[in-house]
Amino acid sequence: MLGVFVILLMLMFGNGISILINGVIPGSVIGMVLLFLALITKIVKPETIKQPAGYLIKHMSLFFIPAGVGLMTAWDLIADHWAAILVSSVLSTIIVLTVVGLVQQKLEKH
Amino acid sequence: MHEILSNEIVILALVIGSYLAAVKIYKKTGIAVLHPVPLCIGFLIFILSISHVDYASFKKSSKMIDFMLGPAVVALGLILYEQFEHVKKNYKSILASLFAGSLSGILSVGAIAYLFGADKILIASLAPKSVTTPIAIGISERFGGLPGLTAVIVVLVGVFGGIIGPFVLRKLGVESEIAKGLAMGASAHGLGMTRAIEIGAIEGALSGLAIVLTGLMTAIIIPLLNLIFY
Repeated sequence: MLGVFVILLMLMFGNGISILINGVIPGSVIGMVLLFLALITKIVKPETIKQPAGYLIKHMSLFFIPAGVGLMTAWDLIADHWAAILVSSVLSTIIVLTVVGLVQQKLEKH
Repeated sequence: MHEILSNEIVILALVIGSYLAAVKIYKKTGIAVLHPVPLCIGFLIFILSISHVDYASFKKSSKMIDFMLGPAVVALGLILYEQFEHVKKNYKSILASLFAGSLSGILSVGAIAYLFGADKILIASLAPKSVTTPIAIGISERFGGLPGLTAVIVVLVGVFGGIIGPFVLRKLGVESEIAKGLAMGASAHGLGMTRAIEIGAIEGALSGLAIVLTGLMTAIIIPLLNLIFY
């Protein structure tokens, strides 16, 4: 239960900071960094959050189902722009694979 | 029917039940495109449509599940911590390659969509397409995209990247285990990681690190690009 509390606390601080910076970065992402910092500085022990964090990560797909159902409000946009969505996503995915793979390999060799 | 489907407990049971069923179908068939997320979303949209329940009503009754997204993203901090210990000595190259990947991913998807006549809503929905869904949804929402569209695009990008990733990396002559793992996680998030684990333990671990770091970098880069372009 302490682990659940720690995670909620980090989310709360993350949301607070997010409001202060005008919501530019989602509070959950800031909370993630805060949890990481708390672990590195040994303020929080990894064992404390291991169980709840593992559960949340394992079932993450379930949690974005409600947002995904919002697709039902996007039919018109998809009908008008399916080619833009398809071509940009496919090419950009290949670009990311290429850039990360080659840059990393090149830098490692130096 | 409409009354029943506005009840929070009924919706909770419906969403979790369809999700579990979708996971089972996916595991039984082993077909990558039958990923549980699109399958479950498709089924729920079908049920809501035939019973004439609109999305606003569903959104209200399913907010308990939606709420869990926040804690789930925070929990990713543990992955960052666990992987951080392993890669301290390579941190410079890792940060550089993931930054280059995040930036080129956002710019290329935005530019190509723009050339095809996409508007701001669509570009905002597409921009975080390479990062893990819960983070992508948050970014899309903040910059005027449609989170539902983003969620589905992100999952499909993951399926696609997971399938072609190892092939593309082989064609490019990428042999470094670190590079392969990072590229899979940065381009195809959780689904890339599933494939990376099959390739090897180092690839799997590094893809997990890439998911968290590209999520973080993308959450910082998109607001900056938004300032420049709008």
